[in-house]
Amino acid sequence: MEQFAPVKRSKDGQPVRYLIVDDSVFARKNLARMIETFGGQVAAEAGDGLTAISEFDRTHPDIVLMDITMPQMEGIEAAERIVQQHPEARIVMVSSVGYQENIVAALQRGARHFVQKPVKPEVLYEVIKYVLGDDGAVTAAAGAGA
Amino acid sequence: MKMELIQPFINAADAVLSQGLQGTTKVGNLTMEEDAYRRKGVAGMIALTGDIEGRIILDLEPQTAVRVASHYAGAELPESDALIKETIFELANQVVGNAISALNDQGFHFRVHPPLLLTAQEGDKSSEDTEALMICFETSLGNVFMNVALRYNKKRMADHAALGA
Repeated sequence: MEQFAPVKRSKDGQPVRYLIVDDSVFARKNLARMIETFGGQVAAEAGDGLTAISEFDRTHPDIVLMDITMPQMEGIEAAERIVQQHPEARIVMVSSVGYQENIVAALQRGARHFVQKPVKPEVLYEVIKYVLGDDGAVTAAAGAGA
Repeated sequence: MKMELIQPFINAADAVLSQGLQGTTKVGNLTMEEDAYRRKGVAGMIALTGDIEGRIILDLEPQTAVRVASHYAGAELPESDALIKETIFELANQVVGNAISALNDQGFHFRVHPPLLLTAQEGDKSSEDTEALMICFETSLGNVFMNVALRYNKKRMADHAALGA
């Protein structure tokens, strides 16, 4: 998998911490591998919206990658509940169902961005940088320029 | 079965497989299935209800399924690994999700049901109003078969038309 220049937290230079929410183990593993190539760290994983809420409260991640169609509680509702409690939460919806109504509903209910599956690493990387804004900093890749 | 219903699924499968397997995918044979569906290997089925209803099956011969799942996992997986089924499910989800996104933007509304693993050797026979089309995608890791059986939900379509009138 392609390596990207690491994106770190501006405030302390530590890896960006992610909460990955998807009912598919395959999708979670795939996203976790991408995150590693961005220099990030998986803070927690969840397989449904309800667990996502409790894992957010427990780990306070910098970014949430949230699927939409999930058992128990769907991603858009979970995103809304998290943002109600934590307005600073940065939630990126990651779903194969990318029609306009879904995207608009997710954004209206607090998500910061939307990425359609299958996820292209270069697209997710750009979205992560955009969503982090000044709170993220692209650092030189390890060994670069040596 | 109308080609306008099928084409978004062919386009989506082509895009999902080409991107995921990082190689060119060739759309091979298209055949109408008149007899009962016969499973080839690891098969995930997703049902759709709404303005268009029916089901999509993504079916890979066992060795192809192992190669595809291993490719995504970045490591050689044994044939018994649960991640093989998960991979086929997620690919089916991505194909259906992308296709219905295109159809939804054309005004069709759906509910997508969670993927199910087909375990029986033989499925239901397609009926006159739900013909099935089998499409073979030739990839560098083997053939991926997609079986699509969809029909317009005439009652729902009539209700929409009445509301719009």
